[in-house]
Amino acid sequence: MTQALIQIRNLHFSRGRSKIFDGIDMDIHAGRITAVMGPSGTGKTTLLKLIGGQLKPDAGEIMVDGLNVHQLKRADLYKLRQKMGMLFQSGALLTDLSVFENIAYPLREHTNLSDSLIRSMVLIKLQAVGLSSAHHLMPSELSGGMARRVALARAMALDPMMIMYDEPFTGQDPISLGVLVKLIRDTNNALKLTSIVVSHDVDETLSIADDVKIISQGKVVAAGTKEEIKHSDSPWVRQFIDGQADGPVPFHYPGDTIEQQLLQDIR
Amino acid sequence: MKALINSVSRLGRGTIFLSKILAGIPQLFLRFQLVVQQVYSVGVQTLFITLIAGLFVGMVLALQLYYTLTTFGATDTLGMIVDLSLVRELGPVVAALLFAGRAGSALTAEIGLMKATEQLSGLEMMAVDPVHRIIAPRFLAGFISMPLLAAIFSAVGILGAYSVGVDLLGVDSGAFWSQIQAKVDFYDDVMNGIIKSVVFGFIVSWIAVFEGYDCIPTSEGVARATTRTVVHSSLAVLAMDFVLTAIMYQ
Repeated sequence: MTQALIQIRNLHFSRGRSKIFDGIDMDIHAGRITAVMGPSGTGKTTLLKLIGGQLKPDAGEIMVDGLNVHQLKRADLYKLRQKMGMLFQSGALLTDLSVFENIAYPLREHTNLSDSLIRSMVLIKLQAVGLSSAHHLMPSELSGGMARRVALARAMALDPMMIMYDEPFTGQDPISLGVLVKLIRDTNNALKLTSIVVSHDVDETLSIADDVKIISQGKVVAAGTKEEIKHSDSPWVRQFIDGQADGPVPFHYPGDTIEQQLLQDIR
Repeated sequence: MKALINSVSRLGRGTIFLSKILAGIPQLFLRFQLVVQQVYSVGVQTLFITLIAGLFVGMVLALQLYYTLTTFGATDTLGMIVDLSLVRELGPVVAALLFAGRAGSALTAEIGLMKATEQLSGLEMMAVDPVHRIIAPRFLAGFISMPLLAAIFSAVGILGAYSVGVDLLGVDSGAFWSQIQAKVDFYDDVMNGIIKSVVFGFIVSWIAVFEGYDCIPTSEGVARATTRTVVHSSLAVLAMDFVLTAIMYQ
């Protein structure tokens, strides 16, 4: 197994009174695709924001490439972020810039490359996601799948060491879904990246993941390689992978039973 | 009590936010194109409503004053009174209220939607500070545009008053202009009006960008923030106008 590019130790994070993470430990290995899966609302996106230093944990630490993300000075954090690409669920493209300008944006901000070199680089990135002919379009003219592919090209613009994908498959038609699955796999292999895919789309995510972590109710309830997870007999894993309505994550929202509630009405 | 704590906390967040914006302004001189683009969308696009409003305010002032001044046989002073009203009070205040309604609300909605669609987070993850690249140019553009809009409002208002007073109601054209020339002081009246509009531009732009940046990133959150921008900046403009007038014309 390769060394861990990201090490998460004893991570605690709360939002108001609700505890999102209650002492999570996790290693993300370099060169692999790690899927972080779990039911909606378990804090998968929050985990990416914590890794990217956009949120601060209540306790615990996150080491990325040997650096403690939350103890870095702002300038150092920004330097580290240049090595971290992130694909947001919505694409997060700047709506007042064309596809070309969106991808050129990080290059213009962080490099002194000439316009002709930037143009070549942008077109190469767009070619990689199959959209080099769409460089003149505005984000409002793109379909959801195309927007995510452009966002992926933008995330790759600075040749990062890792890319974080936030729910890349949500709301995609089967063709876009197939394209995205292929792109994530190919990008990771070709650029020798480390990828973290946060998702609850079981089939698509398992088809490309090397490692899988399942989080639920603030804890990592299962972790292992894809094969280990597929054949796990843990009730948490089985409920999630098989899509069972009831199990460790209960069907009924916790609280009074229906009998108690009806009796309260009578009294 | 909870509302009070919330208000104080928002004021604190707003002040810290303002200090970050101000810290980002020197960098903007290297990328002045960003400010120029925003002056267009914040200032130039507010120009039409300012011109129309200024014209009508000047025309109504002339009408109202003419009928009152006729009673005293003092219609020659019409131009001077209209000019003083516009330059000292109505120009800066009404232009600021229009600015809050047109440009302030647009700024809040734009920034709020950028937050809701994760564009601001996206910039942060690209190692670009959204306060420096998105917020500071908009704030500076608002600050620059406001005094210019107020000056245009007053100028057009005076022309509106001239057209009604002189062309329609028969006030003497020479008296209209010479009274203005004689009684309106550049420093006491015009400069004080400009200072007011600079202060209003600062307040409205600050409130607008802060409300957008601080909003809850949902449709309802953005709608509420936009409403708050218009209400809070209008009230702040009126309150500051009283304070500034009290200081300036003791």
